[in-house]
Amino acid sequence: MKKLSPSECAAQCKVIRRHIIEMLCAAGSGHPGGSLSATELVTAIYFHFLNQDPAQPEAPDRDRFILSKGHGVPVQYACMAERGYFPVSELATLRKIDSRLQGHPVKGALPGIEASTGALGQGLSIACGHALAGQLDGAAFRVYCLLGDGEINEGQVWEAALFAAHRRLDNLIAIVDANALQLDGRCTEILNIEPLAAKWTAFGWHVIELDGHDLPAIYAALEEALAHRGQPTCLVARTVKGKGVSFMENQVEWHGVAPTAEQARQALAEIG
Amino acid sequence: MGSSTLKLGRATRDAYGDALLELGASRPEVVVLDADLAKSTRTGKFQQAHPERFVDVGICEANMVGVAAGLAAAGKTVFCSSFGSFLLCKAFDQMRMAVAYPGENVKFVGSHGGITLGEDGASQMSVEDFALALGLPGCVVVHPADEVSAKELILQVAAQPGPAYVRVGREKAPLLYADASGVKLGQARVLREGTDVGLVACGMLLGPSLEAAELLAAEGVQAAVVDVHTLRPLDTATIARVAEATGALVVSEEHLTTAGLGAVVAQATASTCPVPMEFVGLSGYAESGAPDQLLAKYHLTTADVLAAARKVLARKR
Ligand SMILES: Cc1ncc(C[n+]2csc(CCOP(=O)(O)OP(=O)(O)O)c2C)c(N)n1
Ligand SMILES: [Mg+2]
Repeated sequence: MKKLSPSECAAQCKVIRRHIIEMLCAAGSGHPGGSLSATELVTAIYFHFLNQDPAQPEAPDRDRFILSKGHGVPVQYACMAERGYFPVSELATLRKIDSRLQGHPVKGALPGIEASTGALGQGLSIACGHALAGQLDGAAFRVYCLLGDGEINEGQVWEAALFAAHRRLDNLIAIVDANALQLDGRCTEILNIEPLAAKWTAFGWHVIELDGHDLPAIYAALEEALAHRGQPTCLVARTVKGKGVSFMENQVEWHGVAPTAEQARQALAEIG
Repeated sequence: MGSSTLKLGRATRDAYGDALLELGASRPEVVVLDADLAKSTRTGKFQQAHPERFVDVGICEANMVGVAAGLAAAGKTVFCSSFGSFLLCKAFDQMRMAVAYPGENVKFVGSHGGITLGEDGASQMSVEDFALALGLPGCVVVHPADEVSAKELILQVAAQPGPAYVRVGREKAPLLYADASGVKLGQARVLREGTDVGLVACGMLLGPSLEAAELLAAEGVQAAVVDVHTLRPLDTATIARVAEATGALVVSEEHLTTAGLGAVVAQATASTCPVPMEFVGLSGYAESGAPDQLLAKYHLTTADVLAAARKVLARKR
């Protein structure tokens, strides 16, 4: 594939954000906030880092991308469509009956989806399994796993964090979309998860804290993670929930409702 | 949705919110826990009225159930909510060890039951929650069909000690009950008498069962319809009476047929009054889609109850 530079990726992110708004509006339900906060992260992975052939998304030596925060799947579908895994027109079927684009990722429904998620807290363990298999086989593939900062309330995430460090899974990269909001409110008010970087460090991970919308910073962090040996790496990516659409930014109300046609028009005008 | 002839009421989760408000006002020992779904489960209503007795534990279902057990042991009456799927599936061992085994006074209310939550898809749908809750010895298991019975049954659940699980739904539900009189925990309610076949159901399948009974009546077949809102303790006497009177049963539910209402009704009739039975329910995981489309695709409609009734009537002859 042609690897996009950070500036090319920025242009691609606009296209992805437009798809997110359009597909959620067409679906009439879904999660815009956490899809938009993760747009730079997921787009950078799909358009520069992920070594995966859209025509052969099950090749044993492929890199893996596991979306643990499954409700954010519109951003993944948009990236996959733009990368040629399936026709862009299929995005309009999101959440509709008989669609391959399920409301949360379903393994087996769509080639390229590595794990069924949507019950939060499970993806990092599955990612650990892939990484462990790679380690056992001496394979070169990498495993990327995207988590939410609310999601990591779940105890299982920290079991997986212990495991990955203990097993020195340096082929594993966890990325926390730290947008400071969960479903019912601000993370600091529901269940404080900070200080995030110190926690992952204490669990034995190599930690990089960064602005999750700054593409050069994302590229640099992922390069550093790929080069880092002996430990798994966690990117604590500081993001804005609903990023790119002024009336959605930092609004907990936009966690799980779709824009109306009028709101979508406004949103698309802002995204450009 | 479901039945076209019945008037739509509110969702049973809304009735849960109302019941909590009433309990909060009258019983200072009631404490409510939720795991970052307070808006969806409707525990948010209690939160607004009694913020000091409401705790949003975060996305930590297992911890929530353990905390609930401790609160109950210290004398609180604890309501504990999430989606039914996350509550039962993520915290089952805690429900088992910390609540059911010692018999703590914790009431689990799982919202968004079944597949009618729709577009979010299978990961959020509880299709095995009856099975799991029935796997907790001593745990009362309830699935109300409409807002009137939901509120009443939740109040009755709160009035007695010990563990209970109540499934409520996301979607508006057809109104079956004009008022709460006669809605009794542990008592199946015969909504329609009949002599030829018994249509036994819970939740969203009552509407289709009542409609099927109408259609059968037009053909001269008298179908009884029974709301088994309480799966445990099961009203075996009423079920046996209907089995005896009709000689054939159809059991319908928005749950896996292998381990829910159908299974307990079959077990009960096997030892009281065995009759031919057919089962309407789920055989696997569903998917994203509009609730009505899902009910049709996964065979939970009036037509499906009707077909099952015809089949069991043929077996009876
Ligand atoms: C086990 C589980 N509990 C609850 C939910 C309901 N839920 C869906 S998204 C969400 C909030 C997630 O917050 P976060 O991980 O921060 O996601 P983001 O902010 O990126 O959208 C919750 C509670 C769920 N999907 N799974
Ligand atoms: Mg968040």
